Amino acid sequence: MIAMPLAFLDAFGGAIEFIFTPRESVGVQVEVGGLGQVSELLLEHVRLSAAAMAGGLAVALPVGLYLGHRGKAELLAVGIGNAGRAIPELALIAFLVAFVGIGFINVTIALIVLAVPPILTNTFVGVRQVDREAIDAARGMGMSEREIAMRVELPLAAPTIVTGVRTAAINVIATAAIAPLAGVLTLGDFILSRNVYGDEGVLAGAILIALLALVVELVLSAVQVAVTPKGVRLQRAAAEA
Amino acid sequence: MVATALSLAQNGSDFFQDRSESNCIRDDGAFCAGWVIENIDRYVQPTLEHLLLVTVSVAAGFAIAFAMAVASHRARWLVPPFIGVTGVLYTIPSLAFFFLLLPITGRGNLTAIVALTAYTLQIIYRNIVAGLANVPTDAKDAGRGMGMSDRQLLWQVEMPLALPEIIAGLRIATVTTVALATLAVFAGAGGLGPEIVAGSNITFRTGVVVVFVILVAMALAIDLLLLAVQRWLGRWRIAGEAPSRRKPRLRRLRALGSERA
Repeated sequence: MIAMPLAFLDAFGGAIEFIFTPRESVGVQVEVGGLGQVSELLLEHVRLSAAAMAGGLAVALPVGLYLGHRGKAELLAVGIGNAGRAIPELALIAFLVAFVGIGFINVTIALIVLAVPPILTNTFVGVRQVDREAIDAARGMGMSEREIAMRVELPLAAPTIVTGVRTAAINVIATAAIAPLAGVLTLGDFILSRNVYGDEGVLAGAILIALLALVVELVLSAVQVAVTPKGVRLQRAAAEA
Repeated sequence: MVATALSLAQNGSDFFQDRSESNCIRDDGAFCAGWVIENIDRYVQPTLEHLLLVTVSVAAGFAIAFAMAVASHRARWLVPPFIGVTGVLYTIPSLAFFFLLLPITGRGNLTAIVALTAYTLQIIYRNIVAGLANVPTDAKDAGRGMGMSDRQLLWQVEMPLALPEIIAGLRIATVTTVALATLAVFAGAGGLGPEIVAGSNITFRTGVVVVFVILVAMALAIDLLLLAVQRWLGRWRIAGEAPSRRKPRLRRLRALGSERA
């Protein structure tokens, strides 16, 4: 009974050792693990996720702002968020491998497909729930429609938009972990190629991916606090008091 | 139920013990309807397994989240730590979670169910808390005026009124879990995941399309079923707000946007 918890602690210890010190691979005689390879795969993981998020924001933000400002296509803007959740990540990557092709660009496009729905829906919803009086006041001050969208609706919707960005980022980082199936070597390679890295390498990969997701989530929640306009914060504090 | 799930068949069936007479696998076109018609029965068992994985995970997630919500309803100070803990579980990618659990629970369906359950907690818990918070004060005051105790108020007034939002949380959790459960193949669990990646399944186009369609259809079917339940349970709200149709819509949008604030 005492040996069991010790056994799994041992496994975690081995995984941490894998992260810091290179070792010989299970099959062929190559060096695997260690900070060198870890940072290489980590960098690729971040690069892929960042590219997908940039693409997702570039598509979803303007479309969501426009539709939200005009109040058009609610069914589409909200429905796409719901439909996005139903996309099976593994099947999406398989679809890519079977039909489109592998490689960095193809995987990035697939991940953009995952990133767009939550950002688009939250941008739309965020803009729609901006106080009508604030918009009327802006119009009364002589702002153009473009100025209203950029200087009133966007800042007031920012906290809700970042919520969507957080959802998208988590999903993208998680799915980037299976990108090695489509030929992009991310941290997921440690997990998926057990015959090369061994059990400790697999566990090391899991620890690294979990840490990466948690760090990104922490950073984005700090961003969320930073972009929340002072007025909205005061309003919320007043509502809670 | 977990025992049933554990006894499910493991993956690794060889896809290419093909009994069809067509040349679908050799040609590997974009989609081969003949192959699907001849082989559709091979997907029945994995589909049922997948459904079982999803059902057990969401049911366990609901039971835990519900207990947490009831506890934090009495002791409000529990809400931030509960949101924090479930938030961490929600953030850890499922694939990583499976392998973090491996040294503890070993390969198989149990690992998959634990990870998927942990993932649903945040979604369901947040919706129950939001549902309880959105109960109109008038209704609670009326209950108190009738001499209800806190317990009676919770079970006879607040919970019934919060049900539509609770079901909304279940919908999100279920649809997400249907998609995520495919990754359980990497934890050595069954379901539809093996039909995508086991052996050389991933290179057979028709097979990939079939599994994709089954998964999306499953998510859609469960979503519509729960939507019907949600509408039915929420019919009092529509009746109560019939004169102005704009408000409930705005509230619905708010609920969506604050899914995870």
